[in-house]
Amino acid sequence: MQVFELSFVAAVLLAATPVLYAALAGALSAQVGVFNIALEGQMLWGAFAAVAGSYITGSAWAGLLIAILTTALFSVILAVGSAAWKADPIIIAIGTNLLALGLTGFLMRVLFDVSGSFAPRGLQGLDKMSFLRDVPVIGDIFAGQTPLVPLAFVFVAAAGIWLKATSNGLRLRGVGEHPEASATLGVNVVAYKTWVTIVGGALCGMAGAQLSLGNVTVFTENMTAGRGWIAVAAVMLVAGRPLWLPVACLGFGAAEAFGFRLQGLGAPQQLTDAAPYAITLLVLVATRIPWTGSRAARRRTAEPANAVLEDK
Amino acid sequence: MSAPTTERTSRRLLASAVRHPAVVPVGAVILALLVGAAIVAAAGLDPVAAYVAVIEGAFDPRSLDYTVSVWAFICGMGLAAAIPLRMGEFNLGGNGQLVLGGLAAALVARVSPLPGPLTVLLALLAAAALAGAFGALSAPLATRLRIPIIISTLLLSPVAVAVVSFLVRYPLGEPGAAVAQTERLPDAAHLMSLPGLTYSNIGVIIIIAIMVAFYVVDSRTAVGFELRITGANRRFGTYAGIHTGRLAFGAMAAAGAAAGIVGAIIVMSPPYRLIDGALLSPGYTFAGLAAALLAGGRPALLPVTAALFAVLQVGGASMERSADVPRQLSDVLQGVVIIVLALRTVIDARRTGRAG
Repeated sequence: MQVFELSFVAAVLLAATPVLYAALAGALSAQVGVFNIALEGQMLWGAFAAVAGSYITGSAWAGLLIAILTTALFSVILAVGSAAWKADPIIIAIGTNLLALGLTGFLMRVLFDVSGSFAPRGLQGLDKMSFLRDVPVIGDIFAGQTPLVPLAFVFVAAAGIWLKATSNGLRLRGVGEHPEASATLGVNVVAYKTWVTIVGGALCGMAGAQLSLGNVTVFTENMTAGRGWIAVAAVMLVAGRPLWLPVACLGFGAAEAFGFRLQGLGAPQQLTDAAPYAITLLVLVATRIPWTGSRAARRRTAEPANAVLEDK
Repeated sequence: MSAPTTERTSRRLLASAVRHPAVVPVGAVILALLVGAAIVAAAGLDPVAAYVAVIEGAFDPRSLDYTVSVWAFICGMGLAAAIPLRMGEFNLGGNGQLVLGGLAAALVARVSPLPGPLTVLLALLAAAALAGAFGALSAPLATRLRIPIIISTLLLSPVAVAVVSFLVRYPLGEPGAAVAQTERLPDAAHLMSLPGLTYSNIGVIIIIAIMVAFYVVDSRTAVGFELRITGANRRFGTYAGIHTGRLAFGAMAAAGAAAGIVGAIIVMSPPYRLIDGALLSPGYTFAGLAAALLAGGRPALLPVTAALFAVLQVGGASMERSADVPRQLSDVLQGVVIIVLALRTVIDARRTGRAG
């Protein structure tokens, strides 16, 4: 029974990790005032680049590195476009998401002459932490996982502390909070926005690599299947408190892992696939409903509804 | 006329030409085609042959009729994106709205005792109602709970797709069929075909009618004016007394209804079945979104931009056959067009020195 439960914990962590990397990217962008919905396409590109890199070099870690670098490069479109050129990040992101979808399918055909999915014989996945095998409890959870899984949580904690406790972190938050005031203080607003978005791209590259070389060892067309949007929802859910991201992402991981379990028990796949999206939206709705307070107070909180829309 | 004056006149002419509303979309398309050509060439393939094959495939007299029906579906899904876009909102839930329309039509066709034209009308109305209600759901989520429409439509869409997929597979599925599909719809629910045409039927006319309706509402009515004002400046719209919440509700309902009608038309056309995945695999939703963005939501431009993406889509298949260039190039071009379009601000940024 204990093994069953620990394997469920492992499954939750596995499902949560790619989303957590992407959500961290989204949360950092949100801190500098960029509404980043390009996570889905960047993660998809990262997943493709990781598999392609691993196949060509024969090393999964080189694949990871290629995924990080090329996804960071890919995110330059959004970074420079939205920060320096003041273009609408939403429209750029819709474009880059479509581009990633098309380009990965196109390159899969051109480079490897396959369509649908690419899993050549001998494709190296990222190493698992099998050295933990004999450690009780921890071994049951982590021995089958890549180091990227615990690293995601370390990254989130580090980012949270960095934002709170360092002067650069403070400047970064200031850029999002009040760009004009930051510029007056001599902070290079455009540089902060640009580099944070590019770092976000690198994180999405890690998200994609974990998905295609960690969770499985294959690239499938559109394999991110909306995980980038779950990450965007997670960013909205935690509303500027990055340390809460793991909670939101583990919730998604639990929904996915639980759905997978139900599927094993005979529940139709279509319905378990939809569950994470429905649950994410329901949680988002639940956290936004003003449950307490008088009718008038509720109306007051409901009033600035358009403010958020204007922010875009 | 002295030399400096000529120069000034020509510069002014040039400036006004650059400001012409068609310059941006046309420029974006040309740049995107160049980027696409560079990608094809980098892949070691022949870009000229690829584009020639696209044109030949799309305008092949034998299948021109098919291109027209694809154009109509992209127009329909373009409306689903353009109507909210007019007020500055993004509807990315077209897939869910599309399949719900298909579902509603299939259900009505199954139970309706009415004669042909009335069954078709009822199916279209049911599709518009169900998909419209589903689209409108996102409006109160935005105005009451501050969940942006772009997020809620995207999270709702896969839920609808999964539910319809489940229904087609199990309760509504044709027993013993190899693929998940409903039984063939009764004859009463078959859309009237147009004389001499194989693919396109009366559905094309219906979609054109909806586009005309959007054009008239947009340019001739108070609601259309409010929609445009809100899109140009939401704060001003609110200040001027426009109920942006109500407007968003109407726009999202209309958008969902347009997508739903496209779904109903596809289901009531050959092979007259709701087939799992068949509504989504051609990618009408995102082709429509790209067309709407390229048109800037303008109703008069939408048919033109939709034609571009219809040509790319239909021609993409023949490009794959005759020039050996993967059809995914069409998706690449859709993405690049949108990116180039968004990045046009670089011109303003350079001119006013806001860059850097």
